[in-house]
Amino acid sequence: MTDTSYKVIRSTRASRIGSIIGLILFAILVSYPSWGDRATMRLLVEMFYILALAQMWNLLAGYGGLVSVGQQAFVGLGGYMLFLITIHFGVGPIWTVPLAGLIGALISLPVAFLVFRLRGHYFAIGTWVVAEVFLLLFAQVKTLGGGSGMSLPVSVIKSISSSRAGRDSAIYWTALLVVIVVIGIVYFLLRSRHGLALTAIRDSEEASGSLGVDNFRAKLLVYIFAAFGTAAIGALIFLTKLRISPSAAFDINWTTTVIFIVVIGGIGTIEGPILGTIVYFLLREQLADFGSWYLILLGATAVVVMLKAPQGIWGIITHKYDLRFFPVQRRLLLKENDSQES
Amino acid sequence: MSFLEIENLTAFYGDFQALFGINMSIEKGETVAAIGANGAGKSTFLRSITGLVQSSANKFLYDGETLTGKAAADIVGLGIAMVPEGRRLFPSLSVEENLIVGSYSQRPGNWTLERVYKMFPKLEQRRDVPGTALSGGEQQMVAIGRALMSNPDILLCDELSLGLAPIIIKDIYDAIPEIKAEGISLLIVEQDINQALAIADRVYCFQEGRISLDGKPGDLTKDQIAAAYFGR
Amino acid sequence: MIEWANTIIQGILTGGLYAMFAAGLAIIFGIMRLVNITHGDLIVLAAFVAMIVIEVTGVNPFISMIAVLPIMFVVGYFLQRGILNFTLGDDLLPPLLVTFGISIVVQNVLLEIFTADSQRLKAGTIETMSLELTEGLSIGVFPLIIFITAVAMIVCLQMLFNYTRIGRAFRATSDDATTAQLMGINHKHIFGLAMGLALVLVAIAGVLMAVRTNFDPTVGPSRLLYAFEAVIMGGLGSLWGTLIGGIILGVAQNIGAKIDPGWQILFGHIAFLIVLVFRPNGLFPRTRDD
Repeated sequence: MTDTSYKVIRSTRASRIGSIIGLILFAILVSYPSWGDRATMRLLVEMFYILALAQMWNLLAGYGGLVSVGQQAFVGLGGYMLFLITIHFGVGPIWTVPLAGLIGALISLPVAFLVFRLRGHYFAIGTWVVAEVFLLLFAQVKTLGGGSGMSLPVSVIKSISSSRAGRDSAIYWTALLVVIVVIGIVYFLLRSRHGLALTAIRDSEEASGSLGVDNFRAKLLVYIFAAFGTAAIGALIFLTKLRISPSAAFDINWTTTVIFIVVIGGIGTIEGPILGTIVYFLLREQLADFGSWYLILLGATAVVVMLKAPQGIWGIITHKYDLRFFPVQRRLLLKENDSQES
Repeated sequence: MSFLEIENLTAFYGDFQALFGINMSIEKGETVAAIGANGAGKSTFLRSITGLVQSSANKFLYDGETLTGKAAADIVGLGIAMVPEGRRLFPSLSVEENLIVGSYSQRPGNWTLERVYKMFPKLEQRRDVPGTALSGGEQQMVAIGRALMSNPDILLCDELSLGLAPIIIKDIYDAIPEIKAEGISLLIVEQDINQALAIADRVYCFQEGRISLDGKPGDLTKDQIAAAYFGR
Repeated sequence: MIEWANTIIQGILTGGLYAMFAAGLAIIFGIMRLVNITHGDLIVLAAFVAMIVIEVTGVNPFISMIAVLPIMFVVGYFLQRGILNFTLGDDLLPPLLVTFGISIVVQNVLLEIFTADSQRLKAGTIETMSLELTEGLSIGVFPLIIFITAVAMIVCLQMLFNYTRIGRAFRATSDDATTAQLMGINHKHIFGLAMGLALVLVAIAGVLMAVRTNFDPTVGPSRLLYAFEAVIMGGLGSLWGTLIGGIILGVAQNIGAKIDPGWQILFGHIAFLIVLVFRPNGLFPRTRDD
């Protein structure tokens, strides 16, 4: 053996440049309400919560190997918690966002008890059944408007801020905070020991089991955390909509959209969903006049991506340029050698 | 030209090269043994012939026809059958169904259920049980019978004796003369060198994806074989 | 009392339809280890294909199957060989996401072509005919036909799998696709045939469903869920199990509907979840692979 030494690194040049760009972007986004227009602000809010949802699904499926098509259960649950808590307990609407998350996490325990009995593909459809059950149950709750739903009372809306501009800004900053926190937590979760365990599970369930990685516990943790995040986002979503109904709250399209975003952008990366969200909104704005054609195009694109480039757009980019803005993987480098292959 | 003629065959598993320029020829009715340590490339070589592993070669001819690029499912119909390592019986098929499915390619010939049962009488008594309920030796008999049911001209056998008791190995190898008598060529991969030398007309020794030695069993010395087997 | 007997009998007969939905799903999973999320939308697609055939030729829905079944077989074969075969492997994600994507495409294309209007296939007087069993208890002839068709379908499938050359090839490929190739079985072709067969079952179920209830392009996912619940309740891989699963689902839904129309679907899901809690491997789990 010679004295060749190795070092384990995670930060890359791209990630350092990325953090500078990130700071500038952050400053622009935070100050946006003071100089931007209202329509764009609303669009940004929607992008924030869709991106946050996408990150949550990506954590579940891309890292945890838990392919759920029933995350709308938690979107709807969070939405309904906003109405329940603000109307019946008088809590300020913004505060319901974390509270809805906590309730979502709590409810996810018995749900996990059920759906974790199903393996692989059947897990996916099982989660869908649960979401349908949530829909049908909430449709029976008369105090929450039953099947036809309800609107957020004016008094609750006014409690955010008396002016319209004030409310828009408050909701905007909440959405921005939520998406930053979600990305931040996913990032740190994946950098932690649990993150390594998750990647091991994703790459080979059998092998990680034999390495002593506790699959079940790691997966359960991911599931609960995704439920927390998704329910919190759900509360945020319906705070922007001000109206809820069972079919809107538990709409499968919440999950469909997010799946397409993650698959097209690049599953199993933090950058992928960001890219996917941008692609999604571009496509949607372009095809707004063509009814459901954008869904057809999106579905077809996702199918083609899955078949031809399963790592998505971001996968193609990293393959070509070796870029990583969110370096969650540890890489082994020969000290004097700069060539790197992960 | 030989019945099976292979020149400079290479094969990869992904980026890993498993075979480096194998040359081999087998005549009609000849029995050839391939010996070598674990991972020397013997099984990969058999799987290349059956089409399960993609390979490239300067010459890859069977009965004058090229095998390169042919699908595994089509190669059986040409008369190349394999007894895979670990028998690989179909668990949801009975013994008899396992044998019948062997004739799926509908190649004409002399092998029938009755004939296989005559060769391995134990199987007839257990014809209705699932193939995987049998002992290892009996499973090997089913695997051989199943391959014969396709009426092959060349039979590839991967590790017939692996994991079996000596007395059972003898039972299995006792069937080989009857197979040879049909004029079937045999290519036998075997870790048990003595068994291989006893039965083969010619021997090829594999080492790290290459052929390190070949010849008639009587012409090769123990030292030569040991060197070819283990490397220097 | 007689009312409840009626409810349960109706439920059992409905279960026949669900078992038909489920049989195709069970076969696809059994042979390809693939859960086809498009399943429900393909049921609806078959119904629309029948609708077109009927509009063009003017035949009755039952006769339309002469055209619909082969069409759906071809759709299934090429869906498998052209797309789904490329998703098979150890990774669960591609087949799931690809069938999910196709499901959205099929659903929205149907919406664009046929709009969200409710449709129904007319089969004439047979729809309303009924047999009186005893005083106040009668069963519809058409639901009975559906149930008998479901039973006949399962019997035929069992015979196909157990006693035919192609059936053995299906089972061998399901066990071990690699070794099956050594038998001369082209697994890609077999997978195509299996999907074609599954879509024939889907087509029969789709046409019968379309005569019995209203349908529109958006009802696919709920049919997928019923099929899925019947399969899981029955125990994976057992065709008779799927019939029992379908019956449980049908009975639960009918009991729910009797209590409160809003509880019909909910009761079906709850029956499924109860089975999942107490018998996670279904009521008739596969003991031996057969």
